[in-house]
Amino acid sequence: MCGIAGLIHRGKSSNVGSELQGMLQALKHRGEDSTGYALYGDTDGKNFIMRFKVGENVGEGSSSVMEDVSVYDERKKIVDQTLAEMGAKIVKEERTLPYSLRYEIDFETKDLLDFSQRIESIPGVEILSMGKSLEVIKDLGNAKMVCDRYSLDKLVGTHAIGHARMATESGVDIKSAHPFWGYPFSDVSVVHNGQLTNYWNNRRVLENKGMRFMSECDSELIAVYIAQKMREGASLEEGMKDSLSGLDGVFTYFVATKDSLGMAKDTMAAKPLVLYESDDLVAMGSEEIAIRSVLPHEIDTYDPFDGEVKVWQI
Amino acid sequence: MANIKTIDKKSKAQSMGMHTEVLTGRTQQKFFNPDEAENFYYFGTYDVDFNKRTDLDVMNMSAPEANKEIDNLMSQGYGTIVIKNPQGKHSLGVGILNKLNLIFEGSLGYFGMGSCDGPIVRINGRVGWSCAENLMAGKVVIEKNAGSCFGAAIRGGDLICKGSVGARTGIDMKGGTIIIGGDAGAFTGFMMQRGRIIILGDVGINLGDSMYDGTIFVGGEIGSYGSDAVDSELTPSDQDWLRRKLKVAEIGEDFNVSKMKKIVAGKKLWNYDNLEPTEKKGAI
Repeated sequence: MCGIAGLIHRGKSSNVGSELQGMLQALKHRGEDSTGYALYGDTDGKNFIMRFKVGENVGEGSSSVMEDVSVYDERKKIVDQTLAEMGAKIVKEERTLPYSLRYEIDFETKDLLDFSQRIESIPGVEILSMGKSLEVIKDLGNAKMVCDRYSLDKLVGTHAIGHARMATESGVDIKSAHPFWGYPFSDVSVVHNGQLTNYWNNRRVLENKGMRFMSECDSELIAVYIAQKMREGASLEEGMKDSLSGLDGVFTYFVATKDSLGMAKDTMAAKPLVLYESDDLVAMGSEEIAIRSVLPHEIDTYDPFDGEVKVWQI
Repeated sequence: MANIKTIDKKSKAQSMGMHTEVLTGRTQQKFFNPDEAENFYYFGTYDVDFNKRTDLDVMNMSAPEANKEIDNLMSQGYGTIVIKNPQGKHSLGVGILNKLNLIFEGSLGYFGMGSCDGPIVRINGRVGWSCAENLMAGKVVIEKNAGSCFGAAIRGGDLICKGSVGARTGIDMKGGTIIIGGDAGAFTGFMMQRGRIIILGDVGINLGDSMYDGTIFVGGEIGSYGSDAVDSELTPSDQDWLRRKLKVAEIGEDFNVSKMKKIVAGKKLWNYDNLEPTEKKGAI
């Protein structure tokens, strides 16, 4: 089933980590195999923030294979070495969990493709997000568990999207969890509720164009599809509109960039979405109760129609 | 009439006049006979006084707790209940088989007012997916917007949304009337079998797709027609009925019904199973 939620504050910052946690926790009945956050925090914009993993959570319910922590340490060493070889300086390093790391990196580049390919050529290493504002945090468990594990409730920023997952077509692991980074674009992330039926056809085409897939989760296709359209020169909104015909199946998805948040709904409107929009806040989720967690007073909400695409700026 | 307490289970329903369909390929409805009313007993119904009114704050209640408390209040004779702080909770007000004035001061989540038979409900907010699914009788009025599958499979009653509704409104409906003040999404009237849908605004693609019977009236633009949905002539009696219905529904009373479009089933899909595969293609 899965549940998605997102919000964007326009003209101000807020405690988006805590707000999104409340929204996703309200949707936990839609799936709590894993939960993911894409948070756009307030930063000075100088350094890249790279969230990456060197292993998987092998806790209860996980479909991953147990590895020794020394393996993670070894992979981390190789990442550090590769970064040094590329001239990227680690300004700040956080290791929240043995398999999950956050680096702030001083690195000048406009094309993250080569950078990402080199990091991810290290076996067992996956970049969860790369950007100057975006941080993707995803792990097994419901929204509160993940929020507590990574201390996300104090993160201040402008916008965020998230996903509560009930695994149906791929494993219960971090690599199949949402959000997906719009590799290799800085600060692009995607969450999706639905099923895509032309996943393999699209994947073959996109892989031939040099794009990478880290999982076999159909939702990852949306991130890669949109990223490829943007790589070809389309705007975010143009890429999303193109996806309505390019992607087959049922879907409602959100895409976020450094300064915008968008939603798209398939032409059959088969997947739910409730939307609240005001001058200073847009909040949306699979169910109204998600929005109610941040706006408990009486509000006007509506369901976007079939084939609708909307994009908001901060 | 036979004593229903002494006859076997199989023929009990027939004796009570509850068999309404004869499956011969054409629907033949036998309506309820009021002379047999005394033989009907609804489990969980109460004698209520509409002038006996109370408030119920469900802020800290789960949906089952809230529904149980509504039932409890009805058992005490309350005929008018005002629900405070529904907070978009799912499945509120389901399974009410009573005459009752029920007012929600706020919005409902999914499946609100499902499987009801008789209450008069006003929701001063919006509703999520599948509002009033399987409604048998009564009236449900929503002051704001509604989600998808609005009035799915209703068999009777009036379901009114003053705002706009999502996709698949009236899917599989078998009776009753759905009235939409704003716009409606894709697949409105999908597989409907009987009843009427009135949309004062625009409607999305595939209107009335695979409808078996029933009528859809549209005041605005139509995205596209679904399979076997066709235009029909809007008669003076249709217009009279529309004016009456809109007035009673307190919605669009000044609406120019003479400009509305009337959509019905082309009925080329009828007896579908009797057709050979090549004929099926032709029928579609």
